[in-house]
Amino acid sequence: MEISDLPAHVLVENIRLRQLKAIDVLEATLARIASVDGDPPSLRPLTSLPSHLQPANLERDQGLHAFITLTAERARQQAREIDRRLDAGEQVGPLAGVPFTVKDIFCVQGTLTTAGSRILANFVAPYTATPVQRMEAAGGVMLGKVNLDEFTYGSSNESSAFQPSPRNPWDVSRVPGGSSGGSATAVAAGEGALSLGTDTAGSVRQPAAFCGVVGMKPTYGRVSRYGLIAFSSSIDCPGPLARNVTDAALMLQVIAGADTRDATAANVPVPDYVTRLKRGVRGMRIGLSPDYFRITYFDASSGELRQEPIAPEIEQTVLRAAGRLAEMGADIVEDIPMPHTRYGIPVYFVISRVEAASNLHRYDGVKYGYRTPDAVADVADMYRKTRAQGFGPQPKLRILMGMYVSAAQYSEQYYNRALRVRTLIRRDFDQVFDPQGRYRLQALLTPTTPTTAFPMAAVYGDSVLMQYADQLTVPANHAGVPGLSLPAGFDPDGLPIGIQLLGPDFSEEALLRIGRAYEMATESDAWRRRRPPVL
Amino acid sequence: MTEAITREIFNHLVQLAALELSPDEAEYIRGELNKQLKAIHELEAIPLQDDTPPASHGVPYTPATSPAVRPDEWRPHPDPGGILAQAPETDEGYIVVPEIPHIEL
Repeated sequence: MEISDLPAHVLVENIRLRQLKAIDVLEATLARIASVDGDPPSLRPLTSLPSHLQPANLERDQGLHAFITLTAERARQQAREIDRRLDAGEQVGPLAGVPFTVKDIFCVQGTLTTAGSRILANFVAPYTATPVQRMEAAGGVMLGKVNLDEFTYGSSNESSAFQPSPRNPWDVSRVPGGSSGGSATAVAAGEGALSLGTDTAGSVRQPAAFCGVVGMKPTYGRVSRYGLIAFSSSIDCPGPLARNVTDAALMLQVIAGADTRDATAANVPVPDYVTRLKRGVRGMRIGLSPDYFRITYFDASSGELRQEPIAPEIEQTVLRAAGRLAEMGADIVEDIPMPHTRYGIPVYFVISRVEAASNLHRYDGVKYGYRTPDAVADVADMYRKTRAQGFGPQPKLRILMGMYVSAAQYSEQYYNRALRVRTLIRRDFDQVFDPQGRYRLQALLTPTTPTTAFPMAAVYGDSVLMQYADQLTVPANHAGVPGLSLPAGFDPDGLPIGIQLLGPDFSEEALLRIGRAYEMATESDAWRRRRPPVL
Repeated sequence: MTEAITREIFNHLVQLAALELSPDEAEYIRGELNKQLKAIHELEAIPLQDDTPPASHGVPYTPATSPAVRPDEWRPHPDPGGILAQAPETDEGYIVVPEIPHIEL
């Protein structure tokens, strides 16, 4: 196996034992990036056409385009420092010498921090986000900032102002998912062993599933959001993307925990996720819910609600995974009712838009970021032109919808109702995870996504259909509970299938343990040996 | 179903949001908003008890899990010049903006 494909925990072990140098690991990874990532992206041309009407940028240079900004020299300094410390016999941290990427929604001091938007295309962050700071303090080597949907608003990465947008390493004509699409692409293609993403409706888990990697949305409050550019503040969660469960556990161990700079970072002790990984699943109660094997969506053309089963190969993959866990001693409990799952997307359409609109008012061309170069009549004209040119269609949609559903005359009907339905979604989870209740589950096992990766341009432009890609992931965001997506096989087109584990608040340790048990049970399966064709 | 977000409502929202849109863009965005609103209408079908409270977030915060409030201490920023350098236009330490219109209230 090439160095750039080695898992993070193997790299750390080899670097600590002086069998590999951090700088050599970095150079191998930079060489991989140079061979697979293609030309760096550039800003979309500024036109009056909405970007879905602009000619699709589908040129087939076979590049993966995970990166917006590569910070190779900064990384070299970090890697050399790790080697120097080891040479001097000094202590190094648990991520010593591990190359990682950061979704370009986190501030990293002295680096461009764009949110995938023209409005922040020239913004250089004056401070570093807590999870990034913790990874660097643990010896991690930051490679650079990876692409995403503009302000994280999407499930395909196509909405980024930086084009070409990332491609799926398993089939470059397909999307990597989103919004942490650059993160998933990079991890799958050996462009850094780990990536720091964010998950507001499934933005870590859905691209992880599409690209065949592990992705975790921790409990709301498990990981600090200091330095994260805000989207929907009541649900945003930073989380790890990695090539296996052990690496995800190692990374979560580093980034989790209270932070005096984020009042939502909960004061809850961080358990040792890594050493307890191999304890197995004997006696654990894991549920299957029929409400996660169908999707309900609004068909705008007919004006009707439609319900469909998820793709049969995805359902079979989940059921096979349940069988493997049962063989390892887990109790699989069927027919778990999660009746409010289907309302996750409509609730999200309201709550996330209201919070996005509020968070986006700060971009005004005054203090930082883009300001229109056009002649303006006064400051209000400057605001309008700056925001019109600086934001793509997704931020505009979200601002306008957020303002509409929270307006005084509509908020009872929409916003307040959505907040109350969120209570019902949370109760679904409370009831099935209640240790004294009828079901007493430690986890739910579900598909991560209703489909595998869709072709570029197939969904982009239809903001309703795109949102429904998150239907099976968004309930965990509303409830705040943790979720873990694991690769579990391939569909007949050779595209990865992800399965999802959901657990009660702060049960990351149990989810990672189940995930590791599943990895061990499937270690010798033929599909585990497949590699993305671009490699 | 008639469009809930009419051109008139839409134009009002655009003005409140400090945006301006080309005709193509406005038509696309208004169409998408109306589609999204139809999906949102599914929420009306859910029976809600009068005592179902709103949830401001999913995970409960108890006094034990809520972080202590930080002391409100003044600290100088290490690099105010770097912060100011991000502003599109400055003059001797001040941020410059176009004329602010005088509005009679």
